[in-house]
Amino acid sequence: MAIEVDGKSLETDEEGYLVNLDDWVPGVADIMAAEDDLVLGDEHWDIINFLREYYEEYQIAPAVRVLTKAVGKKLGKEKGNSKYLYALFPYGPGKQACRYAGLPKPTGCI
Amino acid sequence: MSEDIKKFMYLNRRAPHGTIYAWESLEVVLIGAAFDQDVSLAFFDDGVYQLLKSQDTSGIETKNFSPTYSALGDYDVTKLYVEQESLEERGLTLDDLMDLKWEDEDDDWAEKDSIRLVSRAELTDIIEQQDIVFSF
Repeated sequence: MAIEVDGKSLETDEEGYLVNLDDWVPGVADIMAAEDDLVLGDEHWDIINFLREYYEEYQIAPAVRVLTKAVGKKLGKEKGNSKYLYALFPYGPGKQACRYAGLPKPTGCI
Repeated sequence: MSEDIKKFMYLNRRAPHGTIYAWESLEVVLIGAAFDQDVSLAFFDDGVYQLLKSQDTSGIETKNFSPTYSALGDYDVTKLYVEQESLEERGLTLDDLMDLKWEDEDDDWAEKDSIRLVSRAELTDIIEQQDIVFSF
């Protein structure tokens, strides 16, 4: 499978995650979101950028429980709960946001 | 719930790169951490090399997953036992290892050391107390 971003074809796996992490550009998130009938706002981007920074530092995509706790610590308590995160990413903040961020499926996500 | 909590220990005794064991162990630990068990890790023999600081895998084209050990605290994995004799036999000290910390939620998020240096005899006792032991 592949997605078209900025005129380039980027390879994705059978679940829609980018195969090469280095292929990621912000347009990837916008196009994946459009396929899910979602328009990304600043609040989505806060989470996507947060996930990319987390991956950069730890080399893993965090499990939802860890993401929730870390978001609360970094972006404020009112955002560090699953209600807020699921409202932004209805298919699951771990899976969906990680996919938009160009990361692999979260470790521990079954 | 408390009677359902089992003591899980993961033994790591191989060098980090060259085989998949160290990374597989780490992934299993992260997955297992979702089940709210009492998890600890032991590093001995060449396994102590897994915790070396400043690892650089660019020359061997494998993923440098050593930063992932720093995420273990986020997963409530806070007990990393390192065997003193294995370090000494390899000319290493605690200063050669990554400074791994976890934050104690019940103690105003105080940072605490994850690595616990133990002797071979102490580690034997700790392994003895486990319900389930995985060897990598």
